[in-house]
Amino acid sequence: MSAESGAAKTPAEYVSHHLMHLTSNHDAGFVSMTNWHIDTLVFSTVLGLIFLTLFRIAAVRVTSGVPGKLQNFVEVIIEFVDNSVKDSFKGDRSFVAPFALTIFCWVFLWNCMDLVPVDLLPLFSEHVLGLEHLRVVPSADMSATFALSLSVFFFIFWYSFKSKGVVGFAKEFLTHPFGAKLLPFNIILNTVEYLAKPLSLALRLFGNLYAGELIFILIALLPWWAQVIPGMGWMIFHILVVTLQAFIFMTLTIVYLSMANENHDAEHH
Amino acid sequence: MQASIPSIVGQMIVFAIFVWFTMKFVWPPITKALDERRARIVDGLAAAEKGQKALIEASSRGDETLRAARTQAQEIVAAANKQATQMVEQARADAESEKARIVAAGHSEVVREVTQAKDALRKQVGELAVAGASKILKREINAGAHAELIAELAAKV
Repeated sequence: MSAESGAAKTPAEYVSHHLMHLTSNHDAGFVSMTNWHIDTLVFSTVLGLIFLTLFRIAAVRVTSGVPGKLQNFVEVIIEFVDNSVKDSFKGDRSFVAPFALTIFCWVFLWNCMDLVPVDLLPLFSEHVLGLEHLRVVPSADMSATFALSLSVFFFIFWYSFKSKGVVGFAKEFLTHPFGAKLLPFNIILNTVEYLAKPLSLALRLFGNLYAGELIFILIALLPWWAQVIPGMGWMIFHILVVTLQAFIFMTLTIVYLSMANENHDAEHH
Repeated sequence: MQASIPSIVGQMIVFAIFVWFTMKFVWPPITKALDERRARIVDGLAAAEKGQKALIEASSRGDETLRAARTQAQEIVAAANKQATQMVEQARADAESEKARIVAAGHSEVVREVTQAKDALRKQVGELAVAGASKILKREINAGAHAELIAELAAKV
C-alpha cells in the first residue's frame, strides 16, 4: 500500500493505472472482442488450481477414520456446501453440490486477492517482469464474474428443460404468470426475470470487489502515517465482504438451480 | 473497467474444467468417506448400547451368582458348625461314658481287692485263731476235721 509509485504520477493517473488490465491488445472499449485479460485469466486459474490441488490432496488421503487437519478443514467446507444444497435443491445433488463448491471456493480465493496490498504485485510485475499493468483481483473484473454467472445461466436452462421439458418450459415462459391472454406481458416479465439472474449475480460480486479494490487504492494515496487506521479498518471489514460475497454467489446459484429444477406443473396437479 | 468477451469465454472453459474435476475427483471420495464415517458412528453407537446392555445383564447375573454362592457358603458354614458341635458333643459324651466306665472299673477293682484282702485277712486271722487255739489246747486238732469250723470263724471276722 505504498504511495511510492504515485509520487511521480497524479492521483488520477495512479488510480487509472491501477484499474487497467494486463491485456493482449490495446482495445479500450467497454466491451472488447479482442482483448484477453491475461492477469485475470492467470490469477483466477492459478487460484482455482490451488483450490483443486488442496482438495484433491485431501480426497486422495481421505479416510473414514480419524481425519487429519487438512481433511477436517475440507470436510467442514464440503459439509457446509452440501447442507446448503440439501436445504433447497430436491433431487440428485451429484452435479449441483460440486458445482456450488467450486463456485464458493473459487470466488472466495478470488476475493481474497483483494486483501493483498494493492501495490505489491503490480510493483513487482512492473519492475521485475516489466509488465505495465496488472490487476490481481479476478472478481473485480466483469469478465470473470460474468463467466461464472453465464455458466449458472446455462445450467438454469439445463435444469428447466430437464424438469419441464422444452415444451413445458416454453409454455410456462409464455403463459406464466398472467395467463395465455396476456402473452406479451408474460414474455416481457419472464425475459426480465431470467436476464436479471445472471446480471445481478455477476454485477453484485463485481461491484462489491471493484469498490473494495478502489477504496484500497484511494487509501494508498494517503500519506503513509494516515493509511494505517483506514487501511486496517477497511481490511477487517473486507474479510467479511470476501466471505459473504462468495457465500451469496453460491447460495443464489443453488436457489436459482433449485427453482429451475422444480416442476410447477407436477406440483399443481 | 472492461468486459472482455474472449476472457469470459476462456474463464467459462476453465470453470467447466474445474467443475468437472471437482465433480469427478474431489467430491465423491470425500463425501463417500463422510458417509462411511457416519455409518461407522451409527454402528459404533449401536454396538456401545448393546455392550452396555450386555454389561448390565452380566453384572446382574454376576450379582445373582455371588448372592447364591454367599447363601451356599453360609449354609455350608452353618452345617459345618452344627456338625462340629455335634462331634464335640459326641466326643464329650463318649469321654463322659469312658470316664464313668473307667471310674466304675477302678471302683469295682478296689472293691474286689478290698474283698480279697478281707478274705485273706479273715483266712489268716482264722488260721491264727486255730493256731492260737491249738497252742492253747496244746493238743493236736485235726485241721481237716475242723476246717469247716475255721472257715465259719473266718467268715465271722
